[in-house]
Parts: sequence; structure tokens; C-alpha cells
Amino acid sequence: MRKTIAILLCLASGFVHAASEVGGLDRVHVDLGDEVSLQRGARTFVNYCLSCHSAAYMRYNRLGRDLGMGDSVVEQNLMFASDKVGDLMTVTMSDAHSKNWFGVAPPDLSLITRSRGPDWVYTYLRTFYADDESATGWNNKVFPHVAMPHVLYEWQGTQRAVLEGDEVVSFEIQKPGTMSAVEYDDAMRDLTNFLVYLGEPAKMYRGKIGLWVLLFLGILGYFTYLLKKEYWKDVH
Amino acid sequence: MQKLITWIDDRFPLIKVWEEHMAKYYAPRNFNIWYFFGSLALLVLVIQIVTGIFLTMHYKPDVNMAFASVEYIMRDVPWGWLMRYLHSTGASMFFVIVYLHMFRGMLYGSYREPRELVWLIGMLIYVALMAEAFMGYLLPWGNMSYWGAQVIISLFGAIPVVGDALTEWIRGDFVVGDATLTRFFSFHVIMVPLMLAGLVYVHIVALHKVGSNNPDGIEIKQNKGPDGIPVDGIPFHPYYTVKDIFGTVVFLFLFFLIVFYAPEFGGWFLEKDNFTPANILQTPPDIVPLWYFTPFYSVLRAVTWEWLPLGAKLWGVIAMGMSIGFFFLLPWLDRSPVKSIRYRGWMYKTALTLFVVSFVVMGYLGTKNPTNVDLLWFSNRTWSQIGLFVYFAFFILMPIYTTLDKTKPVPERVR
Amino acid sequence: MADDRVDHKRRRFLTGVTSGVGLVGGVVAVVPFVASMSPSARARAAGAPVEADFSKLNPGQMMTVEWRGKPVWIVNRTPSMLADLAGLDSKLADANSEVEDQQPEYAQNPTRSIRPEILVLVGICTHLGCSPSEKFQVGPDSGIETDWKGGFFCPCHGSKFDLAGRVYKGVPAPTNLVVPPHSFLSDTAILIGVGPEEQGAA
Repeated sequence: MRKTIAILLCLASGFVHAASEVGGLDRVHVDLGDEVSLQRGARTFVNYCLSCHSAAYMRYNRLGRDLGMGDSVVEQNLMFASDKVGDLMTVTMSDAHSKNWFGVAPPDLSLITRSRGPDWVYTYLRTFYADDESATGWNNKVFPHVAMPHVLYEWQGTQRAVLEGDEVVSFEIQKPGTMSAVEYDDAMRDLTNFLVYLGEPAKMYRGKIGLWVLLFLGILGYFTYLLKKEYWKDVH
Repeated sequence: MQKLITWIDDRFPLIKVWEEHMAKYYAPRNFNIWYFFGSLALLVLVIQIVTGIFLTMHYKPDVNMAFASVEYIMRDVPWGWLMRYLHSTGASMFFVIVYLHMFRGMLYGSYREPRELVWLIGMLIYVALMAEAFMGYLLPWGNMSYWGAQVIISLFGAIPVVGDALTEWIRGDFVVGDATLTRFFSFHVIMVPLMLAGLVYVHIVALHKVGSNNPDGIEIKQNKGPDGIPVDGIPFHPYYTVKDIFGTVVFLFLFFLIVFYAPEFGGWFLEKDNFTPANILQTPPDIVPLWYFTPFYSVLRAVTWEWLPLGAKLWGVIAMGMSIGFFFLLPWLDRSPVKSIRYRGWMYKTALTLFVVSFVVMGYLGTKNPTNVDLLWFSNRTWSQIGLFVYFAFFILMPIYTTLDKTKPVPERVR
Repeated sequence: MADDRVDHKRRRFLTGVTSGVGLVGGVVAVVPFVASMSPSARARAAGAPVEADFSKLNPGQMMTVEWRGKPVWIVNRTPSMLADLAGLDSKLADANSEVEDQQPEYAQNPTRSIRPEILVLVGICTHLGCSPSEKFQVGPDSGIETDWKGGFFCPCHGSKFDLAGRVYKGVPAPTNLVVPPHSFLSDTAILIGVGPEEQGAA
């Protein structure tokens, strides 16, 4: 049943993959039912983001349970900063340290998709460009003069911005990375998908519970309607 | 069972209360859809109190822990996310219901004699509810919570002479801080809920003393049958209990639709900026209160005129206070010989329509930057000023246009 | 109003069905609220299994570790201590550990342990929750009784337990001390909170 719906949705969207633009942001296809994508995103997250950014409201074992991974799988593949599977996903680097290096403390990423929106995060991850005028040598289309360097440049390669006035209109690859443009977009889609999950783990099942609640209320509503009709025969 | 009831009834007026308020409380038989919102407001109050009790078990009113404790509720507490969404959705739905409930009163003249006190108590409930919502909004300690509280508390600074001292006293600090958070917590979970419960009780007692109004605005008590029962009245139980239960289920369906599928409601019920912890150094780009305050926020921002000897800031605060205060005067501003809109003339109908439009438009503009142009032609501020003018005119001119208005004769019996 | 045309049967039926369905909903609605009061993920993480290294625990010694906020004793019993256990049966209330829930199945044996010498106990008296103290001294020197074979004594209300945590007759405590689920990770490491049969799974 879920598969059929998924297929229908894909057909309806016409397999729009690289996505359309909305308000300067690229649309990301979020699907919390796509376990493989979430697992890939989680791996990218712990390998590249979690060295500096925490996700301090999330526990490793919860993540494993929701993403279909047992505790031992989580321990072997995702836990580098911690040793207990019930621990929160914190970083060892102290705020004071990171302030020294980056000028600002890297924000916690637990709720980043809820405060910025998934489209923003997706666009942000894909629009780093080399800029000699900035301190890190990098700049970003949706977050100008961001303190964070492009961590994934080895994947994406180095791109330069094509400017029209002050506005970034497009990019051209200077030095290709280990991934093609499509592969990189896919990887960032997985990462964004995971970050959406990270923002609200309950989102994975609240829809299913809601269905039962609404179904129940439908039945109860039917009987209360009949009851009301029956009594109100006296009045009308 | 019967014995138990007799035993209790000998010691407590059980049957008397039941008959007075349910089985022998005669309500007009012509209630329409607008009459659901009273019982629904009571339902939402119960939802808020129950979910609030359970949230309080896990929430920590401390600037260093508050934000994290909300995420703890969302992730670590079993079903905590449901409690939180029920409470946040409940807050917004409370205002949806209360606004519709108040509008019903304006449609059918429910504030008119002999129900002035019912209306006044209702207005006190509304003001208490605004205080409750405002203080509750600080508790998650998100960035919008923080700056929203900062801005609203600063309003008191506009009061001459004592202003600054007053704001410090309210905050208990020179900025919104731990002292502010803990006192807001205390008010939010104890004081205001107690006041609300008391006011709601008095609201119902007063209503049942004078009897319910109805869409025709006819006093059914003036037309009683030989048995002493109003001919247009039906006992509240079972007729309106079964009807309200049906209304409750329909409401809950919509309520849970939001709770399970759109708890943020596109940023209207839970704002994006509140998913970032409070940051004293960084104001969100657009500080906006939640939607139920935005009409009044528009009033506040619309006033830019300096009239000596008071500055625009103080006039803005005064205008905002008046925009709520006018509602209290409604029973005495309305001079029409009829109550219900069904028998009023074009003047009141036009005035009420314009009022509703101004309220909604100002509500929308309250979420926007005043200097932008989001509607036709003028800036948002100019539109808010027009809205403010219409809003105030509705109340100030009411004694005039309700006297001049040509009304239709009111029938003897309800339709 | 209620005249002869009213279909009382239908009204009773609909009232019954609506109340029934509503009641079911009400009961189900209580579940999340009740469940929200059970230990959260944070509490569970804090109550996770605890690893203890007992390589430095000589025979006749005891160590204490914390598990779920409770003291857990690990005792390395000497052969003479083990030998004394058998002779006490007549003085004990539940010599054969027949009360279930006081120990996992794999510890329901004369020594109440997996390995005979290594005893693991939750150090909470089964009477009112005090923590008994160690009384390994035998005989009159123990200050308890002249033929004391070593064990635990609760200072609150004087309950006595032997070196397998079994409760003596005639004391306030009703049952033996609890043996928590535990398993051995190696010859010198023990995992408290997880039994041998679940160790692979967790």
C-alpha cells in the first residue's frame, strides 16, 4: 500500500529530481519513509558534521531504533565521539575552542531544519563557492560570509560563483571533486532528509497514529450524529 | 445506585444542581452553529489544563535548561511530543474558539441587557487568557519567546515617570532573565489557571441566572406556557448535551488533524524562530507575536503620531489598551432597540462587516514588516492606520448609528 | 414532548453504543498520559547496564557499584564461606530461593549465583529499602549472634541475611535480597543489568 502511494507520488511529481527553485532556494524531496536515504544521511552526518556540530538533544540508540539499525551497528558505524549507546550526540570540542578557530561556536544541528527549513539547508549545503576575499576562502549563496569552510569540497569539487551585480546566479566548477553533480546532490538530499528526521523524530510515526485517531473519531462522530438526530425528532 | 444518590443528595444539592444547570435549564430551541463555541471553549480549557499538568512534570523553568527540557519532552519522554503538540495547538485553537464565541455575541447582541455581566466576565476571561498565552509563550525559551517578552514588557516603559521602574519590577532583572522566566512559569501554571477556572464558573452561573440568548435575540422567558416552561425553550439535557457532544467530536477531528499532521501550522502555531534557543545578542529579523495578538500589535505599530506632551510610543500603548477596552463598553455603546443582526438595518450590518475586515487585515499585517507593501498601493503601516481608524470608529460611532439604524420588527416566537 | 411516538428502544441503543465507543476512546486517551510518567529515554540511558571489573577483588572481599541509582554488591566468597551456606537452611525463611522475582532463573541455586564464588546482590533491604551493612566477621565477634556465619545486617530494623543474601527467619524483611540480572563478559569483568541469555542480543 505504501509502495503504491510512493510510486503514485513519484509519477505525480514527474520524477522531478534536481528540483525547482522557490524564493532562491532549491526544493528538497523529504521522505522519512526512505530508510536507506536516512541511513546514508546519518553516516555523512556523524563523519563530517558531528566533529564540530553537536546534535545534543538526540540519543544514538533512538536514532538506531528509528532508522532500523541495532545498537551494535550504531556502535560500530556511527559512534566516534561517545561510548554509550544511550548517550546524547554531543561533541568533545568545547565552545571556547571552536570560537577560537571559527570566530563563532558551531550551532547545534538538532533543530536546524525546523528553524531554517529543509530547502534552505539543502541549498546551503550545495552552494559553497571559492571566494578569495573571505577569511576561510569560502563563501555561500544563502549564508553570505559564513564562518564555516566548505567541509565537503573533496566531494563536490571547487566551484566559482557567476555574479550579476551582487547576486549569485549560477556556479561553474573549477576543479571537479570525487562525486558528479548528481551524486553530490543525492548525498546532500540524504543528509537533509536525515536532518529533517533529526529535527523531529516523532514525525516518523505521528502520521500513522493520527490515522487511527481520526478513524476512531469518524466512527464516534457517526454515532453521535445519529443520537443527536434521534433526540431532536422531538424538537423539529 | 439510587440509594447512593439519595445519600449524597441529603448532604449535597446534587439533584438540584443537575436540574438547575442541565435537565431543567431551558435553552432556546433555535441555537445554530455559533452556539457550539461555548462548550468547545470549556473543552479546550480542560485539554490545556490536563496536558499542562503533564508538561509541568518534565519542564524545567531555568534559563539554562528550559529550551533543552522542551526538546527532552519532544524526544525522551514517552508520548511527550503529543502532550506538547496538544498544548501548543490547544493554545491557538483556544483563541480561534474564543474569537468565534465573542463574534457570536456581537452578531446576536448577547452582551445586551440582561446579559451585561455575562459579557463583562467573558471579557475578563479573554484578558486572562491573553496573559496566560503571553506568559506561556516565554517558557520554551526560544529566540522568539525571549524577544517577544522583551518587546511586550518594554511597552510598560512608555508609562510616564514609573515606566522604567515598572518594567524592571515585572522582569525582576534589567533584562528578561531567569527571574522573569520563573515568575512567568509560576503565573502560567498556577495563578492564571486558577483565575480562569473561577471566572469560567462565574461566567456560567451568571449565564444560567439570566438564560441564554438566541439567534433571534428574543427573551424566551417572557413567553411561558401554563407549566411555567418557556414555550420556545427545551431542556439543555438531553437536547443540547447530545448536540454539543456531536460538535465536540467534529471539533476534535479538526483539532487532531492539526496535532498529527500540521502541528506547526505553517509557522502560525509554532514559529520557526522559536526552534533556536534564546540569544541575547541576536534579535530575530521580524519580531512577531503569535497570530492571536497580531491585530493589537498592528494597532500598537500603527500609531506614529506625536501629540504633546506624550510620545508616539505611549499613544501606541494607549491605543492598544483601548482597542481591547472598548469591548468592555459594548453593552452600553449599543443603543439599538433590537439585539439580533437578523432584525437590524444596513448600518449595523455594514459597520460590523467593516470591523471584522479591519480586525482580520490588521491581524495579517501584524505579522508583516510595517514598511513593506503586502497589500495594494500603500505600505503596511498605512493600511494598519486605516484599519485602526475603522476599528475605533466601529465603537465610537456605535451609539449614533445604532440609534439611527432602521430595524425590523422582532417576532413573538423564535424561528 | 416525550410522547408515544418516541422510539425508546432506538434511543437506548444509540445512547449505549455512543457511550461504549466514547468510553473506549477515553480509556485509550489515558494511555499516553499514563505512559508519559514511565522512565524516559534519559532515565533509561542512565539506567543502562553497568560494567564492573572485579580483577582486584580478593576472596572474602566485597565491592559496590551503582546501577540504576542503587548499590550493587559483588562479593568474592571464599570456599569456607560457601561451605557454611549449606548448614543454615533451618534458620532461613526461603532457603531454596523459591520466591520468584528475587533472582533470575540462572541464580536460583544453593549459592544464588552463576559462578559459585561470585555473588551479585542489590544492596537494598527487602523490608523498607535501607542498605544493609556487611558483617563478614564470624562468631561472637560479629556482635550479632554467637554462631553467626557471616552475612549482612540491616541497621534500620535488624533484618539478617546470609552470604547468599537469604533472609533469616524471625526478622522484619519478608524475602531474600534481590539478585539483579547479570552476566560475565570475561573472567574478570561482569555486566550488571543484562543476563547471559540476552547478552548477545543487546
